[in-house]
Amino acid sequence: MTDQSPRILQVEPKILLGTFFSVKSSKFSTLLHRTYPTEQELNMSEKHNFGIAPVTCHSFNKDRSCVALSLNDSNVKIYKKSGPKWQETDTLSEHGQRVTGIDWAPESNRIVTCSADRNAFVWMLEGGKWKQVLVIPRINRAATCVKWSPRENKFAVGSGSRLIAICYYDVENNWWVSRHIKKPIRSTVTCLDWHPNNVLLAAGSTDFKCRVFSGYQKEVDEKPGPSAWGSKMPFGNLMAEFSNGGGGWVHSVSFSPSGDKVAWVGHDSSVSVADATMSNQLTVVKESFLPFMSITWVTENSMVAAGYDCNPIVFSYSGGNITVGAKLDQPQEKQSGNISAMNRFKNLDRKGTGTDTATDLKTQHQNTITQVSIHTGTKNDASKVATSGVDGNLILWDLKSLESSIQGLRIS
Amino acid sequence: MAATLKPYLSAVRETLTAAICLQNFDSQLVERHNKPEVEVKSNKELLLTPVVISRNERERVLIEGSINSLRISIAIKQADEIEKILCHKFTRFMMMRAENFTILRRKQIEGYDISFLITNFHTEQMYKHKINSLIRCGAESITLCDSSFISIKTKRNCYRLR
Repeated sequence: MTDQSPRILQVEPKILLGTFFSVKSSKFSTLLHRTYPTEQELNMSEKHNFGIAPVTCHSFNKDRSCVALSLNDSNVKIYKKSGPKWQETDTLSEHGQRVTGIDWAPESNRIVTCSADRNAFVWMLEGGKWKQVLVIPRINRAATCVKWSPRENKFAVGSGSRLIAICYYDVENNWWVSRHIKKPIRSTVTCLDWHPNNVLLAAGSTDFKCRVFSGYQKEVDEKPGPSAWGSKMPFGNLMAEFSNGGGGWVHSVSFSPSGDKVAWVGHDSSVSVADATMSNQLTVVKESFLPFMSITWVTENSMVAAGYDCNPIVFSYSGGNITVGAKLDQPQEKQSGNISAMNRFKNLDRKGTGTDTATDLKTQHQNTITQVSIHTGTKNDASKVATSGVDGNLILWDLKSLESSIQGLRIS
Repeated sequence: MAATLKPYLSAVRETLTAAICLQNFDSQLVERHNKPEVEVKSNKELLLTPVVISRNERERVLIEGSINSLRISIAIKQADEIEKILCHKFTRFMMMRAENFTILRRKQIEGYDISFLITNFHTEQMYKHKINSLIRCGAESITLCDSSFISIKTKRNCYRLR
């Protein structure tokens, strides 16, 4: 008895003080939020809106002063950054149907686009104007995605005709030649990513599998040295095939900066990593989030994935273990607790409900995020990532300042 | 009754949240076409396992998902012939005006009374969470239909007694 009473006395004032201060300060900070966001908060993310149409895909140029994007139609629009805004400079309109993929090669400054009309175009800037060259990948269904190889001497097109077309420029014929990888793909190829050695290619498809192929072209590539995925790489060779056992359509695939690991996300809400240095060991994580649409590595051990949850999430991988990190979009507290009597009756009259009928989600993206790309830095050390989504927004996330402000976010 | 209604509706909501994750997907079979896969059913790998959520044997919801479209069918409780007629009239009224309801299907699925078809084009134009709450409201008001059926029936009985 004598022991207990002093303890209570010691604890109680602390609790009281704590609650008192925390309530006061949080109220004060929400007030600040609504009127004057602090400088740090402004730096953490930048939101750019491109209208109400979905941003199907986007790609930045080398110095990030321009962005090419498609607003869910047959045109590709080029925007130039002027101050805080994006100014539309060009419209590339050669495609006959919805544009499905854009990739802007940083060094050669060429844009490759592909579309549901089964064609691809390579665009080159000549005298301030974009000139196109038609590429016929010889596919008979929609093209779904396109990616330049790291050395920019060839590109790969994924398609609904269950194949990958690797296209390279044939100088003799002045023509883009296409070669096909067909086996053993059983369904639409949804995503692609090149290995840094310019030869290997990872592909995900709606047959629930992620595969690593060789995209070696003897006309343009020198013989590749051995990699962790194998030493013999004739064109079209299947180096590895992974299934995470779940059976979700693969939405996005990404090679790690070293090229030794491949990560992919599927419609079964999973994030999977296969490590070639550990004899293709497969690690899968499934949590209670909605499926992801896109994933990219931001360091050798960390990834950023985003999708139907409208909120990018950081994952880290180390030695056969994936850990779920923090969400990049920390929703700000909204003043929604009490709705005034007048608004309540207004809502009752107009909408037939007395509760608050806000349509906005708490996240910055208001609809599915369809693409995550690296804005500043490389896959090895990214400091800013860009996400674009169905809500027509392009948001830049500053990983460095987010890391310092969000508790539990470690990007190593 | 209300004790089973809440878990039933929350199960419908959770299933819809997962199933409404749709994307634009061009046909694998016909070139330059884009069709709702749940309707054409041309490729087995593009379909999700259908889910039936039932409150009792008469009231149930069927949710069929696919990569770019989603079909929701609701069965309304009908106790007798009068309720069957009332339900038929009600759903027919709605489905004849399906264009105005955007996500309503013109014809119901066999064994159900009313069906909705949501494609990726709807989720691109509208908020996903709002479509979800709309369907839930629909399911909720349809489950409340039986109370209005009862009131119509009592009115009819009063009329007959007069």
